[in-house]
Formats: sequence, C-alpha cells, structure tokens
Amino acid sequence: MNLDIESASLILSAFLFAVGTAGVLVRRNAIIVFMCVELMLNAVNLSLIVFSRSLGLEAQVLVFFVMAVAAAEAAVGLAIIIAIFRHFEGVDVDRFNILRW
Amino acid sequence: MLSLPSLLQEAHAAYEPILPAWILLLPLIGAAVNGIGAFNWRENKAIPSIVGPAAVIGAFVIVVANFFAMSAAAPHDPTIVSLWTWMAAGDLRVGVDLQFDQLSMLMMLVVTGVSSIIHVYSVGYMREDPGYSRYFAYLNLFVFFMLVLVLGANFAITFVGWEGVGLCSYLLIGFWYENRDFASAGKKAFIVNRIGDFGFLVAMFLVFVHFGTLSFESVFAAAPATLAYGGAVVTAITLFLFLGCTGKSAQIPLYVWLPDAMAGPTPVSALIHAATMVTAGVYLVARSSVLFAMAPVSQAVVAAVGAGTALLAATIATQQYDIKKVLAYSTVSQLGYMFVAVGIGAYTAGIFHLMTHAFFKALLFLGSGAVIHAMHHAYHEVHSHEDPNDMRNQGGLKRFMPITFATMWIGTLAISGIFPLAGFFSKDEIIWYTGAYGYGILWGIALVAALLTAGYMTRLMVMTFHGENRTGSKAQPHLQEVPAVMWIPLVLLAILSVIGGWVNIPDALPGLPAVHALHDWLHPVFEPARGILEAHGVHAAHTSPIGGGEAMWAGISTVAAAIVILLTFRALIRRTWKPAAESAEPTGLAGVLYNKWYVDELYDRTIVLPLLALWRGCWRLVDAGLIDGSINGLAAGTRAVGWIGSLFQTGRVATYMFYFVTGVLVILVTFLL
Repeated sequence: MNLDIESASLILSAFLFAVGTAGVLVRRNAIIVFMCVELMLNAVNLSLIVFSRSLGLEAQVLVFFVMAVAAAEAAVGLAIIIAIFRHFEGVDVDRFNILRW
Repeated sequence: MLSLPSLLQEAHAAYEPILPAWILLLPLIGAAVNGIGAFNWRENKAIPSIVGPAAVIGAFVIVVANFFAMSAAAPHDPTIVSLWTWMAAGDLRVGVDLQFDQLSMLMMLVVTGVSSIIHVYSVGYMREDPGYSRYFAYLNLFVFFMLVLVLGANFAITFVGWEGVGLCSYLLIGFWYENRDFASAGKKAFIVNRIGDFGFLVAMFLVFVHFGTLSFESVFAAAPATLAYGGAVVTAITLFLFLGCTGKSAQIPLYVWLPDAMAGPTPVSALIHAATMVTAGVYLVARSSVLFAMAPVSQAVVAAVGAGTALLAATIATQQYDIKKVLAYSTVSQLGYMFVAVGIGAYTAGIFHLMTHAFFKALLFLGSGAVIHAMHHAYHEVHSHEDPNDMRNQGGLKRFMPITFATMWIGTLAISGIFPLAGFFSKDEIIWYTGAYGYGILWGIALVAALLTAGYMTRLMVMTFHGENRTGSKAQPHLQEVPAVMWIPLVLLAILSVIGGWVNIPDALPGLPAVHALHDWLHPVFEPARGILEAHGVHAAHTSPIGGGEAMWAGISTVAAAIVILLTFRALIRRTWKPAAESAEPTGLAGVLYNKWYVDELYDRTIVLPLLALWRGCWRLVDAGLIDGSINGLAAGTRAVGWIGSLFQTGRVATYMFYFVTGVLVILVTFLL
C-alpha cells in the first residue's frame, strides 16, 4: 500500500471522527460524551489542515475559529455538566430525559 | 303647531295627510322613553303614567284631524306618503310608504282610540306592578307596529307591522315571565304565528313573481288583467294570505294560541288579543279584497273557516270557568264572524263588526280586568292563593262593583246582538249577508253561534255578578269598586258600545232612519272588489235561504237572543256553584267542552310529539352521530398522529444523536450513489 501524506491524514481524520461519533452514541458518561465531541471537532480540524495544503491558508483560519468555538463550548458544556451533577448526583446521560413533553 | 281650521281649508282641494310621520313617531318615542325608563328609573311611575298614554292620545288627536281632513276632501284614490326607499334590488323596490285611504283611516281611528282608553286604564291596573315602565314601553311599541301594519302601502311594510305586533304580543303575553306557564304561553303564541307568517311570506313572493311589485295600489290595479278569475295563481295567493290570517286572527286551525294568550295582563288582552292585533287578519283580507273577489274558492274557504271557528269557539266558551278564557273564546268566535263577512264579499260588514267588536270586547275585557283587580286585591289582603280569575270564586259582585256591573251588562247585550246596541247592527248585517249571498249552511251556523254567544255571555255575567258571593268570608269585606282611572274607560267604551252601531243602519229596518255612513265611507276602497264580484254574477238576494226579509230576520235573531239571555239567566240564577277549590272536574259533554274539544291534546299527539320525536332522532343520528362523530374522529386522528410523533422525542441526547447520525449517513449515501 502506497499512501501519500494527504490521503493518510484524511483517513486518520475520518477514523477519529468515526471514533468520536461512536463515543457520543454509545457512552453514557457525560464527560466522555463531551470529550468525544471534542475529538470530532479536532478530526475536522485535521482535515481542514490537510485541505489547506492544496486550497490555501483560509482553511487554517477556519481551524482557529473551530478552536475558539470549541473552547467556548467547553466552558458552557462543562458548566451544564456540573449543574446536572448537582441536580441528579451523577452524569449518566441516560438518567435524565427531562427535555421532552 | 299648525291650526286645524287652516289645515282643513287646504285639505279641501286634495287630501294631504296631516303630520303623517308623527302618527307613527309619537308611539315610537313613547316606547323609547319608557324603554329607557325600564332600565334607568324603574321606581318612577310618574313618567310612564304620563308618557305612555300621552304618546297614544297624541297620535289619536292627529288621526282625528286627518279624519276630518279626509272626510272634507272625500278622495277617491288613496294618498301615498313615501318616507324613504327601504330596499331596491333589481326589479324590486320597496319603499317605506304609508297609505292613507278610508280603510286605513278607520283602522287608525279604532286602533289609536281604543289604545288611548286602554292606556289610561292601564295606569290604574298596572300601578302596583314592578315592571310598570317596561309594560308601557311594550304597549307603546305595539301601537307603533299596529299603525305600521294598517298604514303600510305595500305587502312588505304591512308585513313589518305584522311581525312587530306579533313580537309585542309575545313580549306582553310573557310579561310576567317569572311564571313558567306564562312564558310558555308567549312562546306558543309566537310559534303558532310563525306558521301563519310562513303563509303570508309565500303569498308575498307569489305576488312579486306575478306582478313584479309589492305595492297594494299597483297589485290591485293590475290584478284583474294579470291573473285569471278563479285561476290557480290567485287562489294560491289568497289561500296563503289567509293562512297568515288564521295565525294572526286565531282561526281554525291556528286559533289555539289565543286562549293561552290570556296569561298576559288583562289590558293587553283587551287591546291586543281582542280589539286590534287579532283583527289584523280581517283587515288584510279586506285590504286584499280585489284578490279575494277574484278567487271564489278562497272566498268559500275563508267564509267556511270563519263560520266553523265561530261555532267551535262559542261551544267551548259555554263551559269555561276562567272569566278571561270565556272572553278569549268569545273573541275567537267573533273573529270568525268577521271572516265570514269578508269571505262572502260583505267587506263593509266585516270591518263594521271589527269596529263594534273592538268597542264591546275591549269593554268586556277591561270589565273582567276590573273584576280580577278587585278579586286579586281582596285575596291579597287576606294572603289567600285562590284563583281570582275563576268565576266559581266570584259571584254576587254587583253589590261591590256597580259601575263595572252595569258597563259589563251593556257589553254583554251589545255582543249578544240586542237592539239597539252596536253588536245588533254589525252582527245582523253579517248574518243577513251570509244568507243573502246564498251560503245557507254558514247562515245557519252563524245564527246558532249567535244564540250560543248570548248564552255564554249571560252565564259569565250571572256567575260573576249575580247570586251568592263565593269569594270567602274573609276576603269578601275587601272587595271594592275600582278607582276612577279604571272605571272611566269602562264608561267611555260602554257609550261606544251603545252608539257604535248607529253609523250603519240598513234601509230594511222599519221605523229607523237609514244611515249609510260606514258604507259610503268605505265605498271607494271596496269598489273594485265589488265590481269584480258583480261582473261574475255574485249578488245579494232580498230574501234569506228559507224566506223572509232582512227586517224579519234581524227581529227574529234579536228576539231569540233576548229569549236565550232570559232563559239562561233564569236557569243559572238559582244554581249554586262551589268555589273552584272544592269543585270537581266537569264530566260528559261539559267535560269535553271544558277541555276545549281536546284540540290542544290532538295537536300535541299528531304534530308536536311526532315532530319532537323526529327532531330527537335528528339530534341523535345527524348531530350527535354524523356531525359530532366526524369532528371528534378528526380530532382523535390528529391526536393519534401526534402521539406517534411524540414517541421519537425521548429526551435522551443519545437518541437524538442517533437520529442525527443516521440522517447524515442517509444524506451521504444519497450523494455518493
């Protein structure tokens, strides 16, 4: 098998994204789910870096946006998880389904 | 105000109605003021006492001025006063037009004159009633609508008045609406009248289809040329019109509401259910005399129904114990006479009887009101709950109420057709013409009903005023004559009941000056109809169906009536009645008559109950089943779909994530393939 660096990086990116998606779907611990979301974001970042080699630097600018949004999301998300923990005394996402009719 | 003489001078050239709109406006203003009063100064009895009668007396004064102006000008054609156009659509143009001719003038005189007297009487009768102002508002409104009815120059305006008086009748029958029976009586009157009104409406549509107009003048002018004599169209129009008349004027088969209408205050019974509104049907037939003259079948139907009603109601009246019920059936019976007259083509005789009947029947009702007033007062003083209307509780009242006693005897003699009181001339003219026009059977029925009239009225008088008093020893000392505001109207009406017949004295009566005032007065109105009748060979004979001239039969009937009165008096004066509470239900033929031939029960079984069953079926099947079922089914279906949709919303992040990823995968696969 003879892969160039771009293809290898994109495959890695897709793998990471799939791992993150699977983690979000199957794990119950809110912290783990949250980390999986971060993993998906960074998988996307990796693919953006790869594309910047052929398409120009704008893709790298987009990476900074994603990192900024991820940082903000981490702050809000962790705050929500702490609030849930205080309320339910646990962070098992299957245990709270209050957001429905 | 303009001075009367100068107006009369002007009127000589051509008749111009004086203040035509004010005749209608005054009662309407009275109704508005009293209506406001019913809400805002309910306790104040001075304002309604003045405004109520004054509005009607004012209208009466204007009508009298118009009467003099008209008799000075003696116009041949009606004067039409157009106020404004009410509806204009396509070929239809209905104006608010008032027709001033001899017939409407006579009706206005009777309506406003009798109304004025009854309004004054009401001041005394209703004095203690909490709904005093409301009462006068309704009564004024009634006078307004009655005047609209008689003044209307086309079928539509007359129909407005026709419906308006029906409304006021409903409001006043159910005036004491706290009593469930009284409220039901009002509803009964309204619903039965609706059946008649349907006939009036259909007749009106037919007239418009065939004439293209609703105006009386154009329709009656065009009728002989447009419609075939005795044809299906004119017969249909007149029969539908007559259906309306049977409702409003309480004839077979729709008379059942009038006796129940006695639930209203007695002055209302006198004004609406005896003197004015119930004669609207007679007026309508007389007004449409041209159409009826062209339809011999309808004429026969009108006359036969009238005669049948006259006899049926008279038989029922002989066994009633409620003083007002006797008078109610008497009214139905007398209205039957009027229909016999306008049916056979003796229009003047019918209007003549309408006028004299307004006098003596209003007198009799107001007299019965005085009796009820006194009885009610006496029972009220001793806190008794006996029925003041029941004649078995009365008796011997002549000692306590001499004026009422005397005036009511005058009314009784007048209605019985005793010479020379009003009823003698008007009723004998009807009976005579029935025979003279060749309606032999109806003539016989009318004679029998006249004798029954004398009988039941004498029975009423004996039970009420003669013999022993049955009011009870405790209540008896409280019986007393009514105040002047109530007996003066009685005296006025008694005078009219005596002299009212002298406007028309036939040539045939020996020793009396022949007077044709009423015939001459109404001649221009009925001339076209008379012409049609004569052109088709309808003539009055000079002898009755079994021989004898007018004078002879007038003599026979008045002597026979007098004999009936004397015999009834002698037979009943020695009889003793128990008070109502101790009496048993009448049995046998008396029971059948007391229960009014079970006509109400018959209607209940054959019409009301089947209709109720039918509507109940409709309610169960169509309304509850079909309509409610489809609506509820739709709602249930919507909810089911929503419930299925809600299953997808688990509230778990993982589920949503799963949908999301599935969705993304589906999109990706779609794009890639």
